[in-house]
Amino acid sequence: MTPPPGSLLAAEDLRKAYGPTLALDGAAFSIHPGEVVAVMGPSGSGKSTLLHCLAGIVPPDSGSITYAGRELAGMSDAERSALRRSEFGFVFQFGQLVPELTCVENVALPLRLNGTSRKQAERAALTWMERLEVDGLKDKRPGEVSGGQGQRVAVARALVTEPRVLFADEPTGALDSLNGERVMELLTDAARSTNAAVVLVTHEARVAAYSDREIVVRDGKSRDMERAV
Amino acid sequence: MSIGHTLLGLLESGPRHGYDLKRAFDEKFGHDRPLHYGQVYSTMSRLLKHGLVEVDGIEAGGGPERKRYAITDAGITDVERWLVTPEKPEEYLQSTLYTKVVLALLTERDASDILDTQRSEHLRSMRILTDRKRKGDLADQLICDHALFHLEADLRWLELTAARLDKLREAVTR
Amino acid sequence: MKVRQWSRDLGLGLRFAFAGGREGWFRVLLTAVGVGLGVALLLLTTAIPNALDVRHQRDEARLDYTYDQTHRPKGADTLVISDIDGSYHGADLRGRLVEPEGPRAPLAPGLSRYPAPGEMVVSPALRRLLDSGDGKLLRERLPYRVVGTIGEPGLIGSQELAYYAGAKGLASHINGWQTARIKEFGRPQASGSSSEGLDPVLFLLVLVVFVVLLMPVGVFIAAAVRFGGERRDRRLAALRLVGSDSRMTRRIAAGEALAGSLVGLVFGTVFFLLGRHLAGSAEVLGISVFPSYLNPSPALAVLVALAVPAAAVLVTLFAMRGVVIEPLGVVRTAKPARRRLWWRLLLPLGGLAMLAPMIGQGADNGDFNEYLVVGGVLLLLVGVTALLPWVVEAVVARLNSGGVAWQLAVRRLQLSSGSAARMVNGIAVAVAGAVALQMLFTGIEGDYTKATGKDVNKTQMQVQLQPGDALGPAAAKFAATKGVRKVTALGGFQVGDGSFNTEEGPKVQTSVTVADCASLRTVATLTSCHDGDTFVARGGDKEMDAQAAQLTKPGRKIFFNTTRGNVDGPDFRWSVPGGLRQVRAVADVNGNVSPGFLMTPAAVPHRMKSLISGQVYLSLDESVPDVHEYVRNTAARVDPMSDTQMWAATERSDKFTSIRTGLLVGAACVLALIGLSLLVSQLEQLRERKKLLSALVAFGTRRRTLSLSVLWQTTIPIALGLALALAVGLTLGAVLLKMVNATVGIDWASVLTMTGIGAAVVLVVTLLSLPPLVRLMRPEGLRTE
Repeated sequence: MTPPPGSLLAAEDLRKAYGPTLALDGAAFSIHPGEVVAVMGPSGSGKSTLLHCLAGIVPPDSGSITYAGRELAGMSDAERSALRRSEFGFVFQFGQLVPELTCVENVALPLRLNGTSRKQAERAALTWMERLEVDGLKDKRPGEVSGGQGQRVAVARALVTEPRVLFADEPTGALDSLNGERVMELLTDAARSTNAAVVLVTHEARVAAYSDREIVVRDGKSRDMERAV
Repeated sequence: MSIGHTLLGLLESGPRHGYDLKRAFDEKFGHDRPLHYGQVYSTMSRLLKHGLVEVDGIEAGGGPERKRYAITDAGITDVERWLVTPEKPEEYLQSTLYTKVVLALLTERDASDILDTQRSEHLRSMRILTDRKRKGDLADQLICDHALFHLEADLRWLELTAARLDKLREAVTR
Repeated sequence: MKVRQWSRDLGLGLRFAFAGGREGWFRVLLTAVGVGLGVALLLLTTAIPNALDVRHQRDEARLDYTYDQTHRPKGADTLVISDIDGSYHGADLRGRLVEPEGPRAPLAPGLSRYPAPGEMVVSPALRRLLDSGDGKLLRERLPYRVVGTIGEPGLIGSQELAYYAGAKGLASHINGWQTARIKEFGRPQASGSSSEGLDPVLFLLVLVVFVVLLMPVGVFIAAAVRFGGERRDRRLAALRLVGSDSRMTRRIAAGEALAGSLVGLVFGTVFFLLGRHLAGSAEVLGISVFPSYLNPSPALAVLVALAVPAAAVLVTLFAMRGVVIEPLGVVRTAKPARRRLWWRLLLPLGGLAMLAPMIGQGADNGDFNEYLVVGGVLLLLVGVTALLPWVVEAVVARLNSGGVAWQLAVRRLQLSSGSAARMVNGIAVAVAGAVALQMLFTGIEGDYTKATGKDVNKTQMQVQLQPGDALGPAAAKFAATKGVRKVTALGGFQVGDGSFNTEEGPKVQTSVTVADCASLRTVATLTSCHDGDTFVARGGDKEMDAQAAQLTKPGRKIFFNTTRGNVDGPDFRWSVPGGLRQVRAVADVNGNVSPGFLMTPAAVPHRMKSLISGQVYLSLDESVPDVHEYVRNTAARVDPMSDTQMWAATERSDKFTSIRTGLLVGAACVLALIGLSLLVSQLEQLRERKKLLSALVAFGTRRRTLSLSVLWQTTIPIALGLALALAVGLTLGAVLLKMVNATVGIDWASVLTMTGIGAAVVLVVTLLSLPPLVRLMRPEGLRTE
């Protein structure tokens, strides 16, 4: 099996064990620029581990991951960190905003990590906050905003570097359906506008419905429904 | 959906021609399937027969669509009774999908494959609905949501069944 | 009613503390260790005066007063004893030669009988030393057979090196200072007050040392009962949910703190007993104690046992002032009121006001009011803990631009400047106190340290021989000793115009220096010199020259000083021969110019030989290992009663050294304690941010950035704390110096040392918290579900 032509991020035959638990057992994945792919499956099926491997957060025990023609497995931790800083964006379910920083500072953080000056970073951050309709919260701290607002701030932060891949792990898990859908709409709109690929881990069908196609993970094995059909 | 009750309800705001009734219905509820004139005609004659509407006037030219209908007191009572009566929740106790899964298990086919394919199909519908919802107005959104929630319910059943396939196999092949 | 409610809630808290599962136990344990260490230190501190007291009593009881000038005849109840103290490898060695003169001779404390000539009884520590490889050289010096051990009552410390050796013919050496005939041990009534009594300046020092050491312990205990505060708050929120009101919650929290401090009391007692035991085998700058000395006075111990739990409860109640625990969580009063400066300033100012009236009292040796001293110093130091939160808040609010690590740290500090200040309060107080003390020490060091005025470049050791020890052979033995470069042996005695045996003595005196030609050249300029020559030296001050001139006239009959201490000698007259050569005296190794007679050994009249008491000055190759011990061994071979001294640029008062040592040891303990509490709270904070840290790593934050932010987070408050500590410390030091009337000067080296130690603690804590930080930053932290 070779990655499908034109894919931005592809993985083959991933294996990863945490102690005796086999989290991934030969999973595969591929995504094209501008595509939104949902990773679905029951709890404990290995969805999040797949995302962590694809994002270079966790190295797989075996298998290959290629991003834009480069093999992730061969990279050092520092190189993978740099890749995450500049090319990837992340949205998690919760616990991701730094409670001491204001919202705009949180959004500006990834740019600052890349060495952008504070002023410039915060200006860019504010633009993204406007797009996600949370620019009114810029001087508030995460503790002072609602869950849905916080998640939008997190999406703005994930997009501020204009990443080529956005990883979202249950981004609406802590939100009610109205807020969840609004976040999904904004997220997918923003991603499409920058032609970013979105890897969306979710167990909710209605969230997955914002994707272009889905991959089902079960017992550490993946199934690409589009290619299977 | 009860077309009779819907048309009765539309008449409550004032007498209308059959043609107006069809237009109002299509506009508000008929996104998927517009009404045929014949349907309007037959429904109105049934309502007339039961004394729920009366003919308010007939325009020159004749024909059923030229009649102007008005709701009667009995009609108003009927609409009201319909509205306050809860709909019976539908129970899909013998769904086709269930039959398919059991058959697959009995014939030792891959049942999870059926479920995955079905999920994919459901998701495809959901994507279309989601897309329509994003582009449409509030009415579109509410209608699509209704459908989406139903599909989601199906999907939940699919997930649950997938997780219990082994037990189901034991039960049906015993 | 109220009491019952209180005790019920406190009891509930106690039960919660122990029933809280693993986490609850951990918290109790942490608090207990913290409180325990504090309690141990407190108990130790309260025991020290007692220990010093016992030491002093023991020391008094074994005193052999050799300075007694009264003449005592030999009797059945007399003992002749000679002090031959020395040192070995830097440790003091208490040595006595003893010769009982009758069956009722007084027995020294700790001894059951006196050793016969050629035998000795030794302290346990000395016996161990002699038996070990380290004691090889010392065995050569003490060629006596060990026949017994000195019991504890005869020793002032477990590690004291001491011996009593039997001797013969000691009576001939009685001289009124080194050797004496005594009838009893202990301080004689005649010599006045039973103890020296601490000089007010030293007393002030001791007081301040105690306050300075105990303050940080208090601050530490306050910090310890707050360990795990955030988790506790969450648990209390759960209690609110099931219906306890906010006051009950507070009391329950206090109960939990009480649990920790009660266990802490037990721990503290154990730590104290362990420390006490350890103290028995430890020696700090020549001071060791027996564990049995370290008994805190019961009243103080009870006070500690009551005060610590009470303080724990009060601190918790105080700490929870700003926290509102709601059923669904903890609300920290969102924007706490800006800290006010005025009452914080009142504390140190009040302290200064209490100390101010005593400025200048040290000069007339007036006593310091101990309450005012303790109160003033306490207020000044408490002022540090009160001012620090304000300073941290004020400064941190103004910090802004900087890198990501800096921004993360600054924002965190801005949000919780109080807890940051709390973390460093202990160090700040310790450093402020230590800086003040260091200043006080250096400032008054001059009073307690005599400049010896000796030139240590030419001479490193000096051996004083007994009168009659043959100078030439002794010099030869020293010259043959390993590591000795040059030997200058000078003997001498006094001559006068009348008998030295009368009450008033001679009116005109001058000295006779006896030495070989080489050594004579070190005290005068000689053109030629042969053994048998006698010279007359001039060149001292006018008065001395005039006296010498009178006595060196040819034909003049002069008297030799034959007295030995308080014992008269035979009158011996000598008439000055004619034709003595005049020479010019120069400064000798001691820096003195002494006019008078200079004699080569052959010129000394035979009968006078036993009068000459010699001094041997030695120039050493100090790179030779144990060179000092070789010299001491040679000195002991020449005469066991010879006195060997090291030449040093200055000598320090012994008492002073022990206070300084106490401070150092205490400061080290306190800083270690504080470092521990810093580490604990740092780790706790990191654990609570586990998820956030993992998320930050996920989106590519460098580990370095996060580590740096942790470093900044401790460094900023520490830097502020140290700055404040220096300001307060220097002020306190200046005031204390003014109180004892010493010149105010800042010893920057010691200031920097103390600051450095404080900073080092932070660095170590940060370093120690890095491995857990790196572990927490692993992506596994993202896996929760």
